[in-house]
Amino acid sequence: MNSIKFLFAAYIATWVIHGTYLGTLVRRFGRLKKELGDLHTKDKASTV
Amino acid sequence: MKRGFLILSILTAILLAYALYQALVVAPTDALQGNVYRIIYYHVPSAWTAFLLFFINFVASVQYLARAKPSAQTAAKWIVIGIGVAGAIAAFLPPVQQELNSIGMRPSALATTVLLLPVFYLLLGKLFPGERLDMLAVTSAEVGVVFCTIVLVTGPIWARPVWGIWWAPGDIRLTSTLVLWLIYVSYLLLRRFSNSAQTQMLAAALAVSGALDVPLVYFSIWFFRTQHPQPVIGGGGSMDPRMLHTLLLSWVAFLLFAFLVCWSRFRLEVLRREVEEAYAMESLGEPAGVGSAPSMPLKRSTP
Repeated sequence: MNSIKFLFAAYIATWVIHGTYLGTLVRRFGRLKKELGDLHTKDKASTV
Repeated sequence: MKRGFLILSILTAILLAYALYQALVVAPTDALQGNVYRIIYYHVPSAWTAFLLFFINFVASVQYLARAKPSAQTAAKWIVIGIGVAGAIAAFLPPVQQELNSIGMRPSALATTVLLLPVFYLLLGKLFPGERLDMLAVTSAEVGVVFCTIVLVTGPIWARPVWGIWWAPGDIRLTSTLVLWLIYVSYLLLRRFSNSAQTQMLAAALAVSGALDVPLVYFSIWFFRTQHPQPVIGGGGSMDPRMLHTLLLSWVAFLLFAFLVCWSRFRLEVLRREVEEAYAMESLGEPAGVGSAPSMPLKRSTP
């Protein structure tokens, strides 16, 4: 059965899904860090 | 903490690479399916991991709901202990034993699994007190959906060359897995778009009812006629020891990977709540990071 392309398609699809999800985690983490940093900067500015 | 994460990440990467080598090179080729059967080394471990994560979500959601009332908390604890003990005893009753043997399942395996339920329940409550239970619930649901997506994508890719079709409409295993995925996607959508103070409670209630689909998915191949093959472990079938070894190795690698992803997602959830708290404090005119947040965030940060 010449089905090696299906095997590789399944393996690649798995890592594409994991990679995409990890990418969204990194992006969300960066955005929240920035948001928190901005809030702290704003607080400092308002107390001065 | 960061060092531990780094060491575990390196170990996981090595194990995943080794499992891939075993799956593609060392494991023997299947006499009937040829090389395409090797999809099993990604498909099955992903399914087991997804089930485990949904189970964690279920236990965390039950505890989160129960903690609303001390009496409910105590009742839930004793119910879980009762289920564990009664299930373990029932597994050795002659009629149950006979039934289990007919489907190739050992009574001791069932008894051990059922006994682990109260242990796991109590352990989770100790390790994740208060709001951390809700954080764990959302973490496990999200990562579980990712693994379930992989099952739903790799399954049809495997089915096409073996069955000649991408999907068997009406097949209970396939349909119940799709329903399971949809339930947990709804759970995540509810958490993402609802701004009510009751969101966490509602999500926990949805998770508890949604988890009832997990045993249906798992046991459907035992109790119903389905296109899906019988389970490779505990289903009465046999498997080459080298294949079994590779399958278990792949599962361990994916479990470690899932643990790392959950760790990252949990940290993200902690950070998201910190941001919500900071917004709440800001709206109250206090500096961010002082005091505690009100139950409903004034500006909801999107994870």
